[in-house]
Amino acid sequence: MGHWSIIFQEIYRILFLLIPVLVSVALIVWLDRRVWAFVQKRQGPNVVGPFGLLQTLADALKYIFKEIIIPSSSNKVIFILAPIITMTLALIGWAVIPFSATQVLADINVGILYIFAISSLGVYGIIMGGWASNSKYPFLGAIRSAAQMVSYEVSIGVIIINVLLCVGSLNLNDIVISQKNLWYIVPLFPMFVIFFISALAETNRPPFDLPEAEAELVAGYQTEYSGMMYAMFWLGEYANILLMCALGSILFLGGWLSPIDLYPFNLIPGAVWLILKILLLFILFALTKATVPRYRYDQLMRLGWKLFLPLSLIWVVLTASYLFYFNLLPVN
Amino acid sequence: MIAHSVFFYLFATIAIFSAILVTVSRNTIHSVFFLILDFISISCLFIMIGAEFLGMIMLIVYVGAVAVLFLFVVMMLNVTEQRNQWFTSVKNSAHIPIGLIVSTIIFFELIIVIGGWKYKPDLFNVSNLIISETTTNTHSLGQIIYTDYIHVFQISGMILLVSMIGAIVLTFRQRTGVKKQSYIKQISRERNEGVQLLEVESNKGVKIDD
Repeated sequence: MGHWSIIFQEIYRILFLLIPVLVSVALIVWLDRRVWAFVQKRQGPNVVGPFGLLQTLADALKYIFKEIIIPSSSNKVIFILAPIITMTLALIGWAVIPFSATQVLADINVGILYIFAISSLGVYGIIMGGWASNSKYPFLGAIRSAAQMVSYEVSIGVIIINVLLCVGSLNLNDIVISQKNLWYIVPLFPMFVIFFISALAETNRPPFDLPEAEAELVAGYQTEYSGMMYAMFWLGEYANILLMCALGSILFLGGWLSPIDLYPFNLIPGAVWLILKILLLFILFALTKATVPRYRYDQLMRLGWKLFLPLSLIWVVLTASYLFYFNLLPVN
Repeated sequence: MIAHSVFFYLFATIAIFSAILVTVSRNTIHSVFFLILDFISISCLFIMIGAEFLGMIMLIVYVGAVAVLFLFVVMMLNVTEQRNQWFTSVKNSAHIPIGLIVSTIIFFELIIVIGGWKYKPDLFNVSNLIISETTTNTHSLGQIIYTDYIHVFQISGMILLVSMIGAIVLTFRQRTGVKKQSYIKQISRERNEGVQLLEVESNKGVKIDD
């Protein structure tokens, strides 16, 4: 009986994490559209529910009741697997995100590598969807996004190395705790900017939404998808964006730490601070979407390989030399 | 421990079956996907023996980068359907004896290496390897890779760099007649180069290309 109780306990903890994540994905889609509308002096979705909060729920219901169309010349197994993989990968990354010193589903030693691995697997959903559709537009979108995501992963990896040099551990909780005195956004500010832009490219957000550039590729890799399968791509994409925001707030904004270590702020639980920081980053994402025009493909590649990669590599050398010269290297 | 062995056999079976399916499946894209599945289950096995760093690096490097490029190439080449006619036609099974010889040699080499490891454990004296319960394997890996194995590590990095440069040199070609955007040229353009203010007399007109 002992095993079963452990299994039930774990399932309960997983659901306790997953359901809030899914609900917040629904809310974040609404927030995205509201911010976008706010910048353009529109109302945005404001009809369904209070302030239009239930708009995403209504959209999801519409998607559920739509017919799923599978193209007859598509590779059916891979066609169906693609949205499932996108969604699953976007959700399993949350397993290692610490919401406070103790509230974490899996407190593993290599948490940051785990998140990095999961986000580098995210490209498969898009490639599989684009190839299995057996159509030109999805295929072009998939090829573009594969090149884009692989290029920007490189610079994200180097930026993570910068932070890890200062921390001396791959555990996400250790990364948060080591920012107790100073958030890494202060000493590593250029890296934060590069991380933010690379995260936009990694999650295919505007201005880097080339895989689904509607002016050129109809809807890119999602062209042949319909109904719930399209909605799953969409949910996975937003869950990925939230995960990237969470990663950014853990690496640079002190995770669940409160900004001021004083009396009234100490009482607020860490999860609230983390959520506030994720929201802040997400609003920045949404503002970028509303204001910046789409990049051309060669400009995107140039930015990734010729600008971000050398800059972040130079910064690694600088950080390492600084830490070594002033004997600040974390040793344990 | 039962759960541990159950998961070990699960991952091991998936790894072996997907490795077989890589070679057997007719569709090349399916082969690549089975290869990815193989990589993932092997990294799960790495994590199960406590080498979580190696497992994650395996995921990042092989699944996240190498297999993506494989998939890329296979999709671009459009070699999706290739029927395997092994053992049935004379033409297509000529490579099988050579393949068998190579795989036998690799198998015996593996046996020799693992056997040697068992009978001569101190092949290389690792000076400051601290194995304790508290150090994570990332730390212990870092402690030996940059001290005892620094030369091997640097040389393997150099080999990778050389092969990368070689690949670039082999495929690089200077194309003529391609319009390129030069950012420096665009930014450094001044007003007096682009705009000219002219007094035009009536009924005379202006010659543009002066």
